[in-house]
Amino acid sequence: MTSDWWQRLHAAGPASTADIADFAAEIRRTTLVTINRAGLGHIGGDYSVTDILSTLYGRVLRVDPANPDWADRDRFILSKGHAAVSLYSTLALSGFFPLEWLETFTGPLSALNGHPNRNKVPGVETNTGPLGHGFPVALGCALAAELQGSDRRSYVVIGDGELQEGSNWEAFMFGGHRRLTNLTAIIDRNRLQQGDRTENTNSLDPLDAKVEAFGWEARVIDGHDLEALHSALTAPSDRPVAVIAETTKGKGVSFIEDRAEWHHKVPSAEQVALALEELSR
Amino acid sequence: MSTVLTDCRVPFAHELIELARADERIVAVCNDSVSSSNLGEFRSLFPERMFNVGIAEQNMVGVAAGLANAGLIPFVCAASPFLTGRATEQIKADVAYSRANVKLVGMSPGVSYGELGPTHHSIEDIAWMRALDGLPIVTPADDEQTREAVRWAAGHVGGVFLRIGRFKVPSVSGGQSPAFAFGQSNAVRAGTDVTIIASGVTVSRALAAAELLADQTVSARVLNISTIVPLDAAAVIAAARETGRIVVAEESVSRGGLGGAVAELLAESNPVPMRLLGVNSFAPTGSVEFLLDHFGLSPEGIAAAARELVGRA
Repeated sequence: MTSDWWQRLHAAGPASTADIADFAAEIRRTTLVTINRAGLGHIGGDYSVTDILSTLYGRVLRVDPANPDWADRDRFILSKGHAAVSLYSTLALSGFFPLEWLETFTGPLSALNGHPNRNKVPGVETNTGPLGHGFPVALGCALAAELQGSDRRSYVVIGDGELQEGSNWEAFMFGGHRRLTNLTAIIDRNRLQQGDRTENTNSLDPLDAKVEAFGWEARVIDGHDLEALHSALTAPSDRPVAVIAETTKGKGVSFIEDRAEWHHKVPSAEQVALALEELSR
Repeated sequence: MSTVLTDCRVPFAHELIELARADERIVAVCNDSVSSSNLGEFRSLFPERMFNVGIAEQNMVGVAAGLANAGLIPFVCAASPFLTGRATEQIKADVAYSRANVKLVGMSPGVSYGELGPTHHSIEDIAWMRALDGLPIVTPADDEQTREAVRWAAGHVGGVFLRIGRFKVPSVSGGQSPAFAFGQSNAVRAGTDVTIIASGVTVSRALAAAELLADQTVSARVLNISTIVPLDAAAVIAAARETGRIVVAEESVSRGGLGGAVAELLAESNPVPMRLLGVNSFAPTGSVEFLLDHFGLSPEGIAAAARELVGRA
């Protein structure tokens, strides 16, 4: 079955903020059901990034689900590949592949591995999972667009804990050096990593000052404010832009929000029912 | 016979420029290694197609995967120890597993940095890269093979690890055409008593060893393996069957290297007595020439290993 969300979001001109909110709620419901069915997933990080994904696919990215290899598509890379289910849900609802694929998630020989694979999943640009990989690849995509004289843009979502990997700072340094205005890095600043709070582990603050020092424009916003996200992701700049999206891990379900233990805990049937009720309000 | 010696970085760069003139998809990526990768002329001719990311190998390989995503054909040129060691996970995830069309060019491998010591030697690169699924490993042995291997790599769709030596080598292809055919070895000398399997800088030394052995009435075949992955199984098995003894001589560690590859193949198909010569420990201080000899990779050392096998059989 092919979802009709793409039609709903794009057929009648630009999507409204209310449309994006509905899309985000549907992504969260789909993510929840998929994780519960598979008994595996990273729901906390899936939910912190959901509003970012719904905004990108709902009204920012220039992509075509019917033609995922279109040469001049915008490039989107989910560097925090462990949030695969929210990406798969977004892509399936957008029509990149049939919704039924989600039922196979992590099953034997499924196209949908625990981390995304570009050779199996339409709409995925590079295989992520190990942290600190997506940003340099997105940087290469942006350099290629510049060389080829294309106005396509590159976007990468990086987890905040992921910024502890040094490769990201190599990419910040070179992106700033080249003043790549066609590149946007989105930091999912949920302040939790697998084991603890980021600031208790290896602190990142002041993150805006750090990325500014590398030649980027920092835009610190509420990562669940859909209008702020839209504006931060589309307003032009004379420098590469780092959107520091202040998010809440597990956003959308009260008992999952902001708790380290929900990094990759799987909800029970009872918790799924409770969560679905909250997500349908 | 005049012996012209070639630093293979020179034909590499020459060929890359020729390819780039004809195909605007060809780009170069490096880590402050414009001079050590001999890319100065490429940069002058195609400044916008030269991506020097600075001393940042992880970013270098990731950027190359991004360039390949756009249909470009990036040649990542960096000293082999830093390319393969510092960016191993990027090579695994962004290139091999993602099946990105990135050419990884490991410059100055083996002990070619001589006196600079084991931090700068690249004796592990073949073992590390050989463990990755779907990454061909190509090790041209001379000027002609280098030119043809670069041309092949540009046309091959998919990742490649190309090992380009700086230690000067004579021609071993002897005017054979083609000098390089992907996946095929070259029997550069016929023989019946023992086969010396060599690659890169050791090929000319293996040929010299075969000359020494001929003086002692030992007939040595020499096989130049310029594609380590996939290995030319037919030629290696034929060598084992027809000569009954195998010496492997390589400028890298045997475990996981060419020696390991040959041993794995023959253990399953046609076991024969073998000697695996390689740079199997961190090197002491010395010049390239000294170190190759030190590790038994001199003509005399290789010949001695072959004689020992023949005597034992």
